[in-house]
Amino acid sequence: MSLRTPLSKVKGLGSAKQGVHHWWQQRLTALALVPLSLWFVYSLITMAAADYATVVAWIRLPYVTILLIMFVVALFHHAQLGLQIVIEDYIHSEWQKFSCIILVKFLSAVGALASLLSVLNIFFGFNVS
Amino acid sequence: MATVDGPISPHIQIYKPQLTSLLSIIHRATGIVLSFGALLLGFWLLSVAAGPEFYAQVTEYINTWYGQIALLAFAFSLYYHLGNGIRHLFWDAGIGLEIETTYKSGYAVILSSVILTALSCYLASCAS
Repeated sequence: MSLRTPLSKVKGLGSAKQGVHHWWQQRLTALALVPLSLWFVYSLITMAAADYATVVAWIRLPYVTILLIMFVVALFHHAQLGLQIVIEDYIHSEWQKFSCIILVKFLSAVGALASLLSVLNIFFGFNVS
Repeated sequence: MATVDGPISPHIQIYKPQLTSLLSIIHRATGIVLSFGALLLGFWLLSVAAGPEFYAQVTEYINTWYGQIALLAFAFSLYYHLGNGIRHLFWDAGIGLEIETTYKSGYAVILSSVILTALSCYLASCAS
C-alpha cells in the first residue's frame, strides 16, 4: 500500500520537489540547439574572413538578432543544466557541490545577459553610428 | 548526509573500457569544453558591441595558432556533442537501445564528427 496522498501522486513530484522539470528542460534546449548551433557554426564559417562592418551588418539583420537571442538563451540554459548533472555526479562533499552549482548558475546567467545585451546593443546601433 | 569513505560505483579502476562508456565520458568532456566556448562566445559578442578597435584585438588572438587550435577543439566538441546528443534523444524516445545498434550509432557519431570538423576547416580556409 502506498502512503502517498492522491494529490502528491497527481503532481508526480519526488523527493527533489521538482519532478521531471530539469530533465525535460535539458531535452527541450537540446532539441532547440540542434538547428540553432548548426546555423551558427555555418554562419561563422561563411564569415571566416569577414571584417568588422560585415559582422555588425550580419548581427543587425532582424532574423539573425532573433536567432542569436534564441541560441544564446538555449545554449547557456543547456550548459548550466548539464554542468549541474556533472557536478552532482562527481563532487560528493555537500558544500563543495553546492558552491560549484551556484557558481555555474551565476556564471551562465552573467554569460547569457552579457551576450543578450551585446546583441541588442548591436541591433539597436547604440555604439555604431 | 553521512558519507562513506569507500570506492564509488562505477569502479573505474576495474571497469573494462567499452565504446559505449568511452563515448559517454567524451560526451561530458565535450559538454564542459563547450560551456567554456559559450562564455567565449559571450565575450566575442561583447567585443563586437565594444567597437572595431577592441574587435580587431580579439580577432588577432583568434588568428594566432593557439586561437585556431581552440576553434578546432570547439568545432570538434560541438559536432561530437551534437551527434551524440541526437543519439541520446533517440534513446529517450526508446529507439536504438539494442547493444548492436548502440555500437553502430556510436561509430556513426565518431565518423560524422571527424568528417564535419574536417569539412568545416576546409570551408573556413576557402572563405578566408
